[in-house]
Amino acid sequence: MDSSFYLIQLLNGIQYGFLLFLVASGLTLIFGIMGIINLAHGSFYMIGSYLAFWFTSLTDNFLYGILLAIPVTLVVGYAVERLAISYLYQRDHLYQVLLTYALILIFNELQRMLWGSDVHSVAVPQAFSGSVQLTENQAYPVYRLLISASCIVIALAMYWVIQKTRLGMTIRAGASNREMVQSLGINVNRLFAVVFSLGVTLAALAGMLAAPVNTVYPGIGDGVLIISFVVVVIGGIGSIKGAFIGAMLIGLADTFGKVLLPEMASMVVYALMALVLFWRPQGLFGKG
Amino acid sequence: MYTLTRPILIFLCLGVAALVLFPLVGSEFYVGLLIRIMILSIFAISLDLLIGYTGLISFGHAAFFGIGGYTLAIFFQDADSINFWIALVLVLSCSALVALLVGWISIRASGVYFIMLTLAFAQMFYYFFFESPDFGGDDGIFLFSKPEILIGSTSLIDLEDEHNFYYFVLAWMVAVYLILSMILKAPFGHVIVAIKANESRVRALGYPVQRYKLVSFVIAGTLAGIAGFLEAAHTGYVTPAYLGWHESGIVMVIVILGGMGTLFGPILGAFVIVLLQDFLPNFTEHWQLLMGGIIIAVVLFLPKGIAGLLYRLSNRLFTSKEYADVSQNSGDTPATVDVREQSL
Amino acid sequence: MSNLDKAGINRRTVLKGAAGLAAASAIFPSAFAIGGQAKVKVGLLLPYTGTYAKLGTNIKDALELRIQQAGGKLGGREVEFVSIDSEAKPPKAPELTSKLIKKEKVDFLVGPVHSVVGMAMVKMARKDGIITVIPNAGANQLTGSLCAPNIFRTSFSSYQPGFPGGKAILEDGHKRVVLMYWNYGFGKQVAAAFKQSFLPGGGTIVKEIPTPFPKVEFQAYLTEVAALEPDAVFTFYAGGGAVKFVKDYAAAGLNKKIPLYGAGFLTEGVTGAQGAAAEGVRTTLHYADSLDLPANHRFRDAFKKSFGRHADVYAVQGYDAGDLLIQGMNAVQGDTSARAEMIAAMESSTIDSPRGKFTFSKSHNPVQNIYLREVVNGENKVLRTVEEALEDPAEGCKIA
Repeated sequence: MDSSFYLIQLLNGIQYGFLLFLVASGLTLIFGIMGIINLAHGSFYMIGSYLAFWFTSLTDNFLYGILLAIPVTLVVGYAVERLAISYLYQRDHLYQVLLTYALILIFNELQRMLWGSDVHSVAVPQAFSGSVQLTENQAYPVYRLLISASCIVIALAMYWVIQKTRLGMTIRAGASNREMVQSLGINVNRLFAVVFSLGVTLAALAGMLAAPVNTVYPGIGDGVLIISFVVVVIGGIGSIKGAFIGAMLIGLADTFGKVLLPEMASMVVYALMALVLFWRPQGLFGKG
Repeated sequence: MYTLTRPILIFLCLGVAALVLFPLVGSEFYVGLLIRIMILSIFAISLDLLIGYTGLISFGHAAFFGIGGYTLAIFFQDADSINFWIALVLVLSCSALVALLVGWISIRASGVYFIMLTLAFAQMFYYFFFESPDFGGDDGIFLFSKPEILIGSTSLIDLEDEHNFYYFVLAWMVAVYLILSMILKAPFGHVIVAIKANESRVRALGYPVQRYKLVSFVIAGTLAGIAGFLEAAHTGYVTPAYLGWHESGIVMVIVILGGMGTLFGPILGAFVIVLLQDFLPNFTEHWQLLMGGIIIAVVLFLPKGIAGLLYRLSNRLFTSKEYADVSQNSGDTPATVDVREQSL
Repeated sequence: MSNLDKAGINRRTVLKGAAGLAAASAIFPSAFAIGGQAKVKVGLLLPYTGTYAKLGTNIKDALELRIQQAGGKLGGREVEFVSIDSEAKPPKAPELTSKLIKKEKVDFLVGPVHSVVGMAMVKMARKDGIITVIPNAGANQLTGSLCAPNIFRTSFSSYQPGFPGGKAILEDGHKRVVLMYWNYGFGKQVAAAFKQSFLPGGGTIVKEIPTPFPKVEFQAYLTEVAALEPDAVFTFYAGGGAVKFVKDYAAAGLNKKIPLYGAGFLTEGVTGAQGAAAEGVRTTLHYADSLDLPANHRFRDAFKKSFGRHADVYAVQGYDAGDLLIQGMNAVQGDTSARAEMIAAMESSTIDSPRGKFTFSKSHNPVQNIYLREVVNGENKVLRTVEEALEDPAEGCKIA
């Protein structure tokens, strides 16, 4: 194996890191910033994938498909927050576990009723279906690079909104002290509903963007939940920068774990998390 | 922390009496199902010690359940007979040891980080058993005989008989419940409940908080190991799926649904969840939708889970001054620990 | 030999007796005749939710179709299906199996799809003695170390698509091969069977890459394959993983340089989702949609007509499970208490399957042809028969 092999693996690792950040971005908002333990994250991801498949096959255009799907997910997110989550802010966080577990059951069943149990695929949009030749044998699909690019855009936008704008400050303040923000004359209820809805949409957007790479099938969200929690927690809760660096670390650790320690590949990610939390019990960028 | 009121106590005694009588009238299938429910109950009670009393939210509790089962399976997979006492000692020591190790590292972190550390360890154990060629991989391990409880050379009870196994598990469930009740009444119990309410205050009083948490974690892990041991003995089979996060998640759901911090709530939770899973598919193919709806209804309308509902009902039926203090608890604030804190 | 003879005599006498009894009951209503009018209960433990949902549905539909075609009866008795969703969850398997055996008191058990659920189910079925037909789960042990007189399988053992894979790839002239598979029981067994024919035939495994199950992030491995430059790649992936793998393989441009082979599940029921990426992929399996056999055409037309969709290999396995039940029940005129006779009849039956006629090995696994197929225009075309009447070695089976 020459150096170009390891360079390509580095690229794979970074690219996987981007994908992980994208997948975890919705949870970063809902769990990291708002502090809601959301087990239904994978379901929102799954909804995104199925909507992308559905609308793309209806319109025959992936971009239109996504544009049609986003408003639906915004509404779903808003409704879930208003009808259920909003009743739980004053109660023990563990009831969120119970509620979002119920949501998993409901969304799984709805998926089955609406779309059945076939494996579907979403075609990569024509404009991005090409690939870049890396070595004599291996090419890199342009669409994967596009995913990385959209991830950077989302990461920067989230970082800017949460850390640098007044809205972001209000959200963070609302998460740590609801009554205080309410007393400042801000409608915290609506604010939280909107942020939750955005979080759901981000999770679904990840599912939409990944649909052409991943294919769409029942249970597609199952693998997403745990790894997303890992990303958010390694970085330190409430930190967008932390989630980003956490995603990169995991992407690289997973990729090189597969190459260098193939027998233990599945465990590397969790060992990394245990090590990080052993060393810094508050995550990399968490507040102590 | 809830106090056990007389109506609830009577309810629980009636419940145990019903369980004792059930095999006389119940079908073979439901005897088997109840065995599974009671094993799950033990598992859930052990988690309640962590979630409901110590304030340690473990998302990896299935690891100990699985390790209990695997200990039995690994040591006895080729054996013609299983000596219950040896098996029990092995299971207790293995699950306690693993719990000690995982707990020692995990309690350094708190809150969500603790949740994730326990998850990380459980996942590592899961993959260890899933991918290791020596321990059956994802196919799991079979056991071809039930444990024999020998005193000298005479067998105390024949566990091959399903009814005997039923009473054996019932006895375990009651014993685990009573043991934990006693632990919680002892000074140790008062300290861990106080830790949940206000950790820094307990620390300020000079208690070694971490050591208390660790002991609680080890007790819970060991009891979960017993549950796993019983499950493996009952089905004669272990699979890595016992350690997966799905199992950790479902047992957490059982505890919260049943009512945290009550010990008997998780038992009710186990009965309700498993019986609904058995019952709902008779109605509709889309039973998961119903199940989800029921859980949401419980979350929204029964703020303290099923146990909370029982408290409310018993208050309404037997309102008297004696229970007035409990009715204050049935509001939506975290359970009060005032009495306990004074007793420190 | 003498044992066999004795068994044969016994069987014949009993059969004669049963026939006589049936004739007598036509005139004098007896307890047996009343029993004969009661419905036969067939318990199905198959996944209808989750990743394997489609497999479960196809198996169930085809099984019912086969029994419908036989007049909706088994051995002259009406049939009642009791269907439980296995959810493909091993921890629930003992409870659900027990529900079918003890609560529903079914006469036959059919299932499951998932091998590990199969282990738990077979363990209980062995204890109970209920006649069980496995319409998919391929773990070798089910008709190997766990085999039992009452356990039959109408699908395959993992050995069966794996072993011919090594032979086929050598015949195609590829000597240096990378072996990739999901690192779980079934994947490992397919890989082991592949090596059993590939290594003695003179092939070299350049690298063996077990990948975590059920993860579908393959990029790092594909880079390794590109760097190793083998003659070909042999794989085991199924379902969503198979779609993702084949698409990733093509997206990385590897399909143009290094031919992709696999156990048949790689392109089974998923070529629509794989699209152009699947073109040219070669796989070994006991069936192909395009098999040009009269029985296959009849079956596919009937399935399409009844359910409005195309059949697949899983449907075939369900269909044959139905056929096996019919033959067993006909042999005893619907008397489910005559278990030994029924088992004997099922053992010696020949199934006129859409995949071609097959019989059962002593361990009750199909002795069947394995075909090499290639995806052409989204369909698995049969290139040749790699192994005729391939029998599973049934390691550890004591009844064989």
